Amino acid sequence: MSELEPPYLYPEYVGTRLRAPAKPLVHLPDGFHDFPAPLFPRTIADLDHDLTRQHAGEPIGERIIVTGRVLDSDGRPLRKTIVEVWQANAAGRYLDQDDQHPAPLDPNFTGAGRCLTDNEGRYRFITIKPGAYPWKNHRNAWRPAHIHFSLFGSEFRSRLVTQMYFPGDPLMPRDPILQSIPDQAGRARLVSRFDPETTVPEWALAYRWDIVLRGRAATPFEDES
Amino acid sequence: MSGPLTPSQTVGPFFGVGLPFEKGEQLALPGSAGAMRIEGQVLDGKGEPVPDALLEVWQPGTGFGRTRTDSEGAFHFITAKPGAIRAPDGTMQAPHLNVTVFARGLLRHLVTRLYFPDETEANAADPVLNLVEPARRETLVAKNCGGVLRFDVRLQGERETVFFAI
Repeated sequence: MSELEPPYLYPEYVGTRLRAPAKPLVHLPDGFHDFPAPLFPRTIADLDHDLTRQHAGEPIGERIIVTGRVLDSDGRPLRKTIVEVWQANAAGRYLDQDDQHPAPLDPNFTGAGRCLTDNEGRYRFITIKPGAYPWKNHRNAWRPAHIHFSLFGSEFRSRLVTQMYFPGDPLMPRDPILQSIPDQAGRARLVSRFDPETTVPEWALAYRWDIVLRGRAATPFEDES
Repeated sequence: MSGPLTPSQTVGPFFGVGLPFEKGEQLALPGSAGAMRIEGQVLDGKGEPVPDALLEVWQPGTGFGRTRTDSEGAFHFITAKPGAIRAPDGTMQAPHLNVTVFARGLLRHLVTRLYFPDETEANAADPVLNLVEPARRETLVAKNCGGVLRFDVRLQGERETVFFAI
């Protein structure tokens, strides 16, 4: 496995210890997992990409634009592919009954969004910057601010669930979930960059984050058609 | 831009606000012809329930389902049994569902398969089941419990479910 991917077992992330498979994965010959992504059975409304307009009022927090392109490993844009996101509010609290962090919920923020990429593979969300929050992995453990992303791409093998981080966050070097990726270049691929060109003056800062999914080109023996 | 793939990260414990959707567990309408209930539990290396797992079922040509486990680690899907499909090498694969597992503590998702207990002959000839060491094959075959199919996912330990590299 590439050093750009996390292992299943990473003991510093305590949750992996009893959940990582102990037996080796079974490898199938080429082609057994090559089938297209499903038609996603969930509708997407016009405002689903705007997490700041899902309630009567605006959520508290720093309004941001998060945008980027979804590409396959051969550089082709993935058009009309679904991107799902979820995140904590500005205080670092999820709208989830199991989130016990004593920080306030925001009645104007659910923290979930969806959109389809355009013809160039671009996605765009409007949201508020999520807060850092504590967790019980080790003493004084805090997750860096992050937004969860879920993508399908074009086929079964391109499925990806991951997290996007923010540049300069001092919690990143201490976070075992991000640090589980062995290679610095791999970790860097999960950090968005500040995007002054997309920033809207007097309104919202923008962050840019491109996503590369496994595509047909990642099968090394297959000819480009 | 192209190049290295974006790495995976765990779905975490709080995906409930973003990923599950209404009737996501229904690949077939309950009560429709051929519809069956598949239920099971996701268990960790100590046999404890995993209450924060998300499962997806991919059935090429038929549909897609998504559901989460509850506080007992339990989940269910309603689906119809798919047909046999041809493998890339030309042989026939027994009817099966592709099952993807996400959870807190899984830095990457896991992929397994669910085979059907009434397909003894097709299962015996299935090219994927035949790649698995015989003692572990039963982890991939659901059990018939009074008309409901039972399929537990053991992430680790004794009777660990077979997972496939993707």
